Amino acid sequence: MSTHAIAVENVKSGAVTTAVYEHPFVVRLCHWINAVALFVLVGSGLQIFRAFPSFGAKIPQKDLLHWPKAFAIGGWLGGALQWHLTFMWIYIATGILYIGYQIFSGNYKQVLFTRRDLPGVWPMVRHYFFFGQKPPVKEAYNPLQKHAYTSAIALGVLSVLTGLAVWKPVQLSWLAWMMGGFHLARLWHFLIMWAILAFVFGHLVMVILHGWDNFVSMFTGWKKNPEYVSE
Amino acid sequence: MKSATDDRKFKAINRRELLKLTPVLALGAFAIPKLQKPLLKSGLAFSDWASARLFRTGHLAPTFPESALTPFNKFPVNDYDVDNPEIDFDKWTLTVGGAVQKPGDYTLAQIQELPKTAQNTRHVCVEGWDVIGRFCGVQLSDFLKVIGADPGARFVTVECADDYYESLDLATAMHPQTLLCYEMYDKPLTPEHGAPLRLNIPTKIGYKQAKYLTALHVTHVLDKVGYWEDQGYSYFYGL
Repeated sequence: MSTHAIAVENVKSGAVTTAVYEHPFVVRLCHWINAVALFVLVGSGLQIFRAFPSFGAKIPQKDLLHWPKAFAIGGWLGGALQWHLTFMWIYIATGILYIGYQIFSGNYKQVLFTRRDLPGVWPMVRHYFFFGQKPPVKEAYNPLQKHAYTSAIALGVLSVLTGLAVWKPVQLSWLAWMMGGFHLARLWHFLIMWAILAFVFGHLVMVILHGWDNFVSMFTGWKKNPEYVSE
Repeated sequence: MKSATDDRKFKAINRRELLKLTPVLALGAFAIPKLQKPLLKSGLAFSDWASARLFRTGHLAPTFPESALTPFNKFPVNDYDVDNPEIDFDKWTLTVGGAVQKPGDYTLAQIQELPKTAQNTRHVCVEGWDVIGRFCGVQLSDFLKVIGADPGARFVTVECADDYYESLDLATAMHPQTLLCYEMYDKPLTPEHGAPLRLNIPTKIGYKQAKYLTALHVTHVLDKVGYWEDQGYSYFYGL
């Protein structure tokens, strides 16, 4: 990625900093649309869940979780379904655009976790969780970041597939069958949401820890003082 | 690395890149009260359109062995109004009208003369629960033939004794698993399950499967969609 690196000179002080173009436009666009879509889908999904807060066919069921209405979108089941079914299309379209762009632009090499990243996993885990020395940064994302982003993309795809199985258990009966049936598809859809929320939580913590230059890069594409060029 | 860019130029580049993201702000339209309703409505309409495209007339809903049936006493009852609209079964008829050759009042005996179909299928409620039930009745497509429904018509609408109303696209109405159902679990329908006649449509969500039918119309234009649809639910809601 160093091909995109430039030196930026402050005209007054003459100080030179580096900057890299880290996030292509399509990636940034998809990121922010997806952030909104995910927010709406989770909120409306939880409102839908409130209509039958359980799993399986047990009627009358024991409610699994009383989710507060204040943290849900849509006001009632019908309203939540409207939000969910509308933003589902936005989420899917963004996903297709994002994955298609990553593949055709070759930018996926920056994001995708591959076998080559395996040796770097343990040093990074040691650094994050056991105060180990920070391994040298050679590219935009370290192996754990790649793992997190690759997993998030996979979870995104699975969230769509499980959702389709719940929505169309007859026309897409093979999809529901692959997931172990309609009941399990609904459970997977729910669990995948929590997995995505866990990613989002970790993601937000890391964004806060990495500071302003890093945060701004998801808006402008350019990251000032990148670790992997300055070191 | 190229030669140094001055930071004013760099800031301009950054600004331009930031401005490219303005399309994201279009999503803010969903936060404007006046726009929210029509936007969500078109989202729902698009989902219905896609659902209708996805519907395959020859594709059957999964059927289940007897061992998979939900016991009858565990089969939930959801009504919009009353469990029992107290129909006088002796006087009950199904009033048929619209784009049909033989409009009129049809008795249950007349309907039951048609070939009987039984199926163990999944009944999915919009709330998220589902049960596997045994439903018996006549194929709606057979009945539509008897009444001489116009094959060019697009919808079948029904009215119910509890003032509920529903509608079906003709493709779903013609589906072999779409039944005018008069028996559940091999026994005549009980009042809370829609006696004497209800719809059973394994390719549709529960609220489309109206109970206590009193009238059936074949139409080209949909003037009454359905009770829950009028509250904001999906019109097509095919499974």
